[in-house]
Amino acid sequence: MSTESLAAPVAAPHKPARAALPLRKEPGAGPAALRLEDITLSFGGVVAVSNIDMSVEPGEIRAIIGPNGAGKSSLINVISGVYRPDRGRVWIGGRSYAQVPTQKLARLGVARTFQNLALFRGLSVFDNIVTARVFARRANFIEQMIGLGRARRERLDARERTERIMSFLDLTGIRHTLVGTLPYGLQKRVELARALVASPQILLLDEPMAGMTLPDKRDMSRFVRAARDEFGMTVILIEHDIGVVMGLSDRVTVLEHGRKIADGTPAEVKADQAVIDAYLGVVHEGDEEEPAASSGSGRRVSSNGGLR
Amino acid sequence: MSSSVLSSVPAAARLSLPVWVGPLITLGIAFGVIPFVGTSYLFDAILTPFLALSLAALGLNLLTGYAGQLSLGTAAFMAVGAFAAYNFNLRVEGLPFVISIGLAGLSAAVVGIFFGLPSLRLKGFYLAVSTLAAQFFVQWALTKFDWFSNHNPSGVIDAPPLVLFGITFGGAVGRYLFALTVVTAVTLLTLRLLNTQTGHNFIAVRDHELAARVIGVPVLRTKLLAFAISSFIVGVAGVLWAFAYLRTVEPHGFNLDRSFQILFIVIIGGLASIRGAFFGAALIVVFPLVLSRVGSFLLGSYFDSGVLDMSQRIVLGVLIIAFLILEPRGLVALWDRVVRGGKAR
Amino acid sequence: MDHTELLFFTEVLVGGLLSGVMYSLVAIGFVLIYKTSGVLNFAQGSMVLFSALTFVSLVERAVPFWVALLATFALMVLLGLSIERLVLRPLVNKPPIILFMATLGLSYMIEGAAQLAWGTQVHALELGIEDLPLEIAGVFISKFDLFAAAIAAAMVTGLTLFFQYTRVGLAFRAVADDTFAAYAVGLRLPRIWATVWTAAGFVATVAGLLWGARLGVQFSLSLIVLKALPVLVLGGFDSILGAIVGGLIIGAAEKLAEVYLGPYVVGGIESWFAYVIALGFLLIRPSGLFGQKPVERA
Ligand SMILES: Nc1ncnc2c1ncn2[C@@H]1O[C@H](COP(=O)(O)OP(=O)(O)O)[C@@H](O)[C@H]1O
Ligand SMILES: [Mg+2]
Repeated sequence: MSTESLAAPVAAPHKPARAALPLRKEPGAGPAALRLEDITLSFGGVVAVSNIDMSVEPGEIRAIIGPNGAGKSSLINVISGVYRPDRGRVWIGGRSYAQVPTQKLARLGVARTFQNLALFRGLSVFDNIVTARVFARRANFIEQMIGLGRARRERLDARERTERIMSFLDLTGIRHTLVGTLPYGLQKRVELARALVASPQILLLDEPMAGMTLPDKRDMSRFVRAARDEFGMTVILIEHDIGVVMGLSDRVTVLEHGRKIADGTPAEVKADQAVIDAYLGVVHEGDEEEPAASSGSGRRVSSNGGLR
Repeated sequence: MSSSVLSSVPAAARLSLPVWVGPLITLGIAFGVIPFVGTSYLFDAILTPFLALSLAALGLNLLTGYAGQLSLGTAAFMAVGAFAAYNFNLRVEGLPFVISIGLAGLSAAVVGIFFGLPSLRLKGFYLAVSTLAAQFFVQWALTKFDWFSNHNPSGVIDAPPLVLFGITFGGAVGRYLFALTVVTAVTLLTLRLLNTQTGHNFIAVRDHELAARVIGVPVLRTKLLAFAISSFIVGVAGVLWAFAYLRTVEPHGFNLDRSFQILFIVIIGGLASIRGAFFGAALIVVFPLVLSRVGSFLLGSYFDSGVLDMSQRIVLGVLIIAFLILEPRGLVALWDRVVRGGKAR
Repeated sequence: MDHTELLFFTEVLVGGLLSGVMYSLVAIGFVLIYKTSGVLNFAQGSMVLFSALTFVSLVERAVPFWVALLATFALMVLLGLSIERLVLRPLVNKPPIILFMATLGLSYMIEGAAQLAWGTQVHALELGIEDLPLEIAGVFISKFDLFAAAIAAAMVTGLTLFFQYTRVGLAFRAVADDTFAAYAVGLRLPRIWATVWTAAGFVATVAGLLWGARLGVQFSLSLIVLKALPVLVLGGFDSILGAIVGGLIIGAAEKLAEVYLGPYVVGGIESWFAYVIALGFLLIRPSGLFGQKPVERA
């Protein structure tokens, strides 16, 4: 579906583009929070993502699963504008982009975490989080130095929001600690806090629970669900732990070799033969324990098929 | 489970004096005691150059330590500051000297932004090498165009007297107090800056440029701002160096060796530390004096100025390497460990 | 442009290219080390000074030419190996900026030590080549420059062959491509580093003798590192080919500018002109002509 060039003469920002609606494939859905249209991305000869279409409803928790190298992170990077796809468009809040402007990502209402820790190691927990309000600051550095007027208002607002997120994520006790000295699970949590403090509409989480202990995973799942339930965020989440995925997500998209091989509710995906063949048999990526792992067939090929 | 992790960490909040007590006492002594007990040798040969170098290192530390952009052209910005102050003072009738200093800092900032422009495209060593261009170009321009030195044939010009808010700072003590006042003011402003969003942006860009961009830090603007503010401070340091310490303005002292010296101060004192700039500068100013005493005591007349010069280079090189290997966080980290008496790792 | 002007232009150009080869020579020492350990070895210049000083001091003390050459070379290899072992090995896995600063410290140490040991006076260095102009097709070319360029070219060829066809050379390229993978498949990095530092010592010796013969052996010899840096920036820190081409471009551009532009800009522009050329190129290609573009991963 490469119809977007005809659609939506890109109206005022942040307005759902009505014109785009009739062209959408999914029947009966409201305006999507996020939509990918025929995204293809390659590095040199390696095709990381090919012809991906995906639509995520507001308030949905969407899991993206697939073996290592399937293109999950690349997809998140495309959505956040870190990579420019060779082809296709990304729709966010009624506007479409050939490459999402990373610098404006936060202002578009999108926040993300990274697969590998991407904290500011030289800052404390509090400062890491409060810094992420930068997108809402208007005061220039001289006003900030003087610290009155709007600089003061913005500063107080940022601090207050940071406090709220910190108590939400149970981080208040370590506010002054340098993040580099924290245990891994906590660092992941600080990164989540840094994303949440921007009050995004869309939250992109690249393996937020990888390498975590079971209790940490449980906490993290709880936080993700609360982010949706309490703040109404749309969540897109990459996760290997099938147990977590099944319990947490509304819908699941399965990638393999850069292609989408399935897309549906957890139950549908779980029952899908292509998925069972392609993915569930080889979930032991990384080194995490795997509660729901079906001791299925080994590696196989079957790159198309699936639902859809 | 997670709560046990949380409660174990804040043990770092030990019982101790507030952090501002130490600096306050130091300032009290620097302003209230030393001027009355120091000799003019102490002021002219140690304290005033120490202050000027500290300030230059503070400026570089902002750029390299906090914002993560390596610069090898610090002395060039000192030179711009010194010559700008000289020319503003010379060419604008009745301009208060404080304003000259401010304008000198601004001039250095403009030049800093210009040579910082490559940072928008270049990273790491490619950028570091481009800052060398600043070093060579500025020195060349100041030497070649004698307008800068008011057509003075020797290129060496006497500095005018130092006047701040109607007070003339004359004599060794006066120049020391002048430098101390300027350094204190700029340091306080820097401390303030580091606690603003802008200061956090510097560190964010240094620690994870991509994550910084994703949360909306204007990365390019932040880098240029780092170059500008850093150069401003370094420019003011150049004014102190020329006017308060040397009392002459000439381009030759602001050479590549000076740039490296300031970089060394930052490394030895501690990257990304305000105190580090002062600790490092103290060491760099004092160690040649100690070395020459010790050298001539041990070796007698064999230890002439040439030998002193060479052994200085060797010791300095060894110091740098030793710090990088053994204590990359510099003298500041050593100091903190000593003060805490070895507990609290 | 009439005939004499063309001849003159050619003369300037060839002179520039020949001195460019000399820049390449120094730059290659950097590339070898940068490719294998990611260190921009600022001490390369002081190594050049050290070798030239050592050689000339030995010769002045009536040591025969070849013995002095061998002794110098041996000393340089020893120096290279001890730098690798004592300074860089403890700093392995540190950020590149830290490694760079360490080599800055090293260059201070080596400069100090060289001059403390051999004194600070200027020495003339005779390699037995008269610096007479040689006429080829109406163009006058310095015989010494030609000789130096020939040596440099021979060295470049030798190094290229070495790294192309020997086992250590292949390992070197593997490490240069992917240090981590090379380590994983069990290549012995320390041995490769040792080889590379030996090679760098060798390059420094040759560069020291040639540059020393040209400029006289003195402290300022270590400043040729500042000539090599723009060459590296232009060619890319990790490309031997880049070092050669970059050297040629900078050498030629510098000479041409000196002759044709110099009179208009009050002269003395050679201290920064190379940097401006390099920066100009960089703004178009941020990793140099042949350097590898770093990929941002997330
Ligand atoms: N910056 C990059 N440069 C080159 N190849 C890349 C880059 N990012 C991803 N790839 C390649 O794209 C493919 C998909 O990678 P990725 O999106 O990280 O997979 P996943 O997150 O599903 O494990 C892999 O083959 C990977 O090597
Ligand atoms: Mg991934």
